[in-house]
Amino acid sequence: MSSRVVNVVFAGLGGQGVIKASDILADAAFRAGLDVKKAEVHGMSQRGGSVTSDVRFGAKVLSPMVPPGEADYLVVLAPSEVEVTKGLLRPGGVLFPPDLVDEAKLPNARSLNVALLGALARHLDLAEEHWTAAIRAALPERLHELNERAFRLGRDAALERR
Amino acid sequence: MERRLLSGDEAVAAAALDGGVHLGTGYPGTPSTEILEAFSALGGRAQWAPNEKVALEVSLGAAFGGARAIVTMKHVGLNVAADPLFTAAYTGVSGALVVVAADDPGMASSQNEQDSRRYAIAAGLPMLEPSDSQDAYDLALAALDLSHRWQLPVLLRMTTRVCHSKSIVARSARSAPAPVPPFARDIAGRVMIPAYARPAHRRLRKKLESLAAWSETAPLTVKREGSAALGVVASGVAARHAAEAAPEASLLELKLTHPLPLEKIRAFAASVKRCVVIEEGDPILADALRAAGIPVEAKPEPFRFGELNVDRVRRIVAKDLSPEPEPPKGKPPQLCEACPYHPVYGTLRKLDCIVAGDIGCYTLGVLPPYQGMDTCVAMGASLGVGLGLRHVLPEQDARRVVSIIGDSTFVHTGVNGLVEMVYNPPPTGHVLIILDNGTTAMTGQQEHPGTGRTLAHDATGKLSIEGLARALGVPNVDVIDPIQDPAGFEKLLAGRLARSELSVIVARRPCILAAADIRKYEKANAAKASACAACAEAENV
Repeated sequence: MSSRVVNVVFAGLGGQGVIKASDILADAAFRAGLDVKKAEVHGMSQRGGSVTSDVRFGAKVLSPMVPPGEADYLVVLAPSEVEVTKGLLRPGGVLFPPDLVDEAKLPNARSLNVALLGALARHLDLAEEHWTAAIRAALPERLHELNERAFRLGRDAALERR
Repeated sequence: MERRLLSGDEAVAAAALDGGVHLGTGYPGTPSTEILEAFSALGGRAQWAPNEKVALEVSLGAAFGGARAIVTMKHVGLNVAADPLFTAAYTGVSGALVVVAADDPGMASSQNEQDSRRYAIAAGLPMLEPSDSQDAYDLALAALDLSHRWQLPVLLRMTTRVCHSKSIVARSARSAPAPVPPFARDIAGRVMIPAYARPAHRRLRKKLESLAAWSETAPLTVKREGSAALGVVASGVAARHAAEAAPEASLLELKLTHPLPLEKIRAFAASVKRCVVIEEGDPILADALRAAGIPVEAKPEPFRFGELNVDRVRRIVAKDLSPEPEPPKGKPPQLCEACPYHPVYGTLRKLDCIVAGDIGCYTLGVLPPYQGMDTCVAMGASLGVGLGLRHVLPEQDARRVVSIIGDSTFVHTGVNGLVEMVYNPPPTGHVLIILDNGTTAMTGQQEHPGTGRTLAHDATGKLSIEGLARALGVPNVDVIDPIQDPAGFEKLLAGRLARSELSVIVARRPCILAAADIRKYEKANAAKASACAACAEAENV
């Protein structure tokens, strides 16, 4: 991976797993030996309001926040948040909207966050083993298989869209 | 050395453990709450106090006794703790005392964006400002050492982005809490009657003088060599933004922001053509430097408001005052769908009440559809503000005034207001509704004295809210479940409003988010209690 810092913003509503998804990405990048910073505001997030979380990784990360209009990737879990947050992307940045993955095929609705991580993984130079380890570290054992399936589903969905 | 991704809060907790802290105290408050929870989870001794003042006093007592103590709170909590804080600067400490204050620039979840750095100046206490999680770890350890060395409480100023951002932390070796020495009496040092306080004030200023001299060579200033055309002086997370926004600039990052290493900064400013101060919140560094005759540029006024980020720092450096882009306007938070307070707000609206509100989840009742709150100022203020309205409003309006407060907020500082209600009752009486959902819900479901469980959810003494109200002499005290009996709640409130008497209504129903956990804790504690009873019986045989 080059020394350039990769900027990812996750967006959605409280309770959708926005922060969990950003935790998994941050951990996967950390396991890959990169410098990582992750920032979010989660004081009110439990009450169903908008939540965003920034993850930045590379050889050396300074500020923990992705400057507005400079996100390389924007992962959005709630349809209502796409319009609101798309200005955070840089020109040419990639949007991962919630309908990227067929909801009917998801192992359960709550795994959309991990499915979209699978789609994002197609664009990032992070080895599969780091993703798997990060997913397993973030979730209880009974959810591992289900979420790994969701991850693969998202990865394949991204491929179809290309 | 173990390296892990930690939040700033977790990093402070790890430092407390590794730095041999005997006791951590605090009151929950975003973004500081996770520090004590993480310290407890790591095996440290941590406890919630009813409020920040008590928390600071318990930690101060521990530090008088020779222990190392840490006390955590959000910025507005420091206002509550300010009374003992100012005089603790005079008394100093024997062990160590670190006061963590977490500011919330931009008010992600606070009622104001006051700048805690003012407290360091006002009280005359050293202050350290971390910029990321590694800094939070290193500076929390440094604060413990500084506190012990100078026998002074030390302020550790965090901000939302430092508390809640995660970055990589390498921990050093752990030192276990040292045995606490026997009590050493120091009456003149710790009893602040005027005769002892006068020399204590002089001692404090001497300590600060020697700290300032020490700071000139201390490793608490980090310099990045860069261009001679532009120099940046920065602290906290703003220093990280500045390093990115002005990669060519010479950068002087201050970790100790009170007292300031003025000569070091003077030399830095002299070494560059233009020197800009990048700081979040009030222009405190810039004012202090300019007062010392150091030619620096302060940020323009619009950047006093809200958080800084890389983009805003670029604007400050470029003197760009063009309109800033609006941040995304997302969906605001709201009362949970199954929140037990819905019928309460429905009733308040139906009865056309004037509502003196308080701070917690239930403050969200101010939003549509209820718009069910007329004032919200500070923790516990619903009582006093409601009483003040009752005292002066025309009678037909006075009779509509209700104070509402959550259970944790009531224990925090609502109790004092209830005493006032009994002592100075308005002619029309007053009605206080205590919304008791059995947890400190807003900050993430922490325990408090009214839950009867400790920070780690073990059984302990339980404050009876209705028992306290009765003991204080409130004539009408009722407990009702607003979900189970919404009609009964409405009838009760309407009836109490019609009387010119003092009434407390405890609307009790567990928080929907906490209910399952509360049942789990209760079950575990009941099992423990019966195991203990069996043990005691066996011993008695």
